[in-house]
Amino acid sequence: MKKHGLFTGRTKMADVVATNHTLILAMPRLGIALGFGERSVQEVCRAYGLPVDFVLLIFNVYTFDDYLPEGDELAATDLGPLVPYLEASHRYYLTERLPHIERHLLHVAGSAGERYGSILKSFFEDYRKEVVEHFESEERDVFPYLEELMRGRRGEKPLSEHFADNHTDLVDKLKDLTQILYKYIPCEGFAEELNELVFAILQLSADLEKHAVIEEKVLLPCIQQLERREGDEA
Amino acid sequence: MKPKMQVLVAEPSDIIREGLRALLDEDEFVMQAPLRDLPVDMAQRIGRQQPDILILNPTLLNTPPRMQLVSIQQARTSMAVVALVYEYIDPALLSQFKTVLDIREKGSRVAQLLRECCQNESEEEDSYELSERETEVLVLLAKGCSSKEIADKLNISVHTVNTHRKNITRKTGIKSVAGLAVYAMLHNLVVG
Repeated sequence: MKKHGLFTGRTKMADVVATNHTLILAMPRLGIALGFGERSVQEVCRAYGLPVDFVLLIFNVYTFDDYLPEGDELAATDLGPLVPYLEASHRYYLTERLPHIERHLLHVAGSAGERYGSILKSFFEDYRKEVVEHFESEERDVFPYLEELMRGRRGEKPLSEHFADNHTDLVDKLKDLTQILYKYIPCEGFAEELNELVFAILQLSADLEKHAVIEEKVLLPCIQQLERREGDEA
Repeated sequence: MKPKMQVLVAEPSDIIREGLRALLDEDEFVMQAPLRDLPVDMAQRIGRQQPDILILNPTLLNTPPRMQLVSIQQARTSMAVVALVYEYIDPALLSQFKTVLDIREKGSRVAQLLRECCQNESEEEDSYELSERETEVLVLLAKGCSSKEIADKLNISVHTVNTHRKNITRKTGIKSVAGLAVYAMLHNLVVG
């Protein structure tokens, strides 16, 4: 991927947001608040004590669909804030996005009648359980393991081979839900509520898609690199 | 009334050829003079006889079988070529056929299977209605069966189950099993 067109340290924060407004939702997970005036990414990162290359990695992955960091680039990036960022993303999905969707879904379920309502509610409950389990398993098995490796300790067993991969499934299920909502739920009298719900779901599914890219193309290669280095030393 | 479907059978066994003829209703299917083996002028023959369906025992194909199958298909691209199978056949070869008719298939299902593979041919791009068979597969998926279990229950190959799954997803826009289960409930195909 050519570098041309990507955000750099000198790009103004305001231009980053103008290019991709959904980053407004990712910034709090990095600890960055709005109100950055005319400052550049570099300046803002310095103010918050964040490594610029890491923040640019997140911004670029979220904005440019065909951008993926290459091996060397990744190896040179300070990934110290990666785990805290991923954990903050999990909290954000669980405590803000899913409850937001749930509120809209309960509205729609209430208006759609008991039969449709109970089917939608039970699909959503199962989905939420699955998301919680997925996040818990990463936070229990994967993140602490990476932090150990980063501190230079040996992992007990290579984990990268067992890296749970049901990200696609989490995204597919949300997309399926939107299909079901706008194709098969008769929405007379509550079309607006239904639209709100569909948009809330699409927003989360787009975010989760990028989250999956970061876990599969940044987190996993980072673990593999550290494991290889460890293997060489042993 | 719909035109009758022209069926050409290439199968060495008299018993099986006659059995097939007996299972297919004359009002719906016209049985062309069957073949015991593949003549050298197979492509020309297909061009002349214009069958809608060719039921072919894959063991009749000479080496390399895939090449011969391609030339048969090219002789009439709209023709559905069905593999008639009663022994182990390389799955890579079977996947080149429109569908697989297993010798252990229920007699009552044979006509339906042929009907479906012709329907798919003409309606593949524009039909979003699930066929009877796709609906059966959908219901079993919704009940939590794996592809292997569905294949066993319906007496079809796992490959055929997966083809049905792809078509179900193409037609409904739904990929996940959980999503398909909701689809099935909303369409009263299973009890929620």
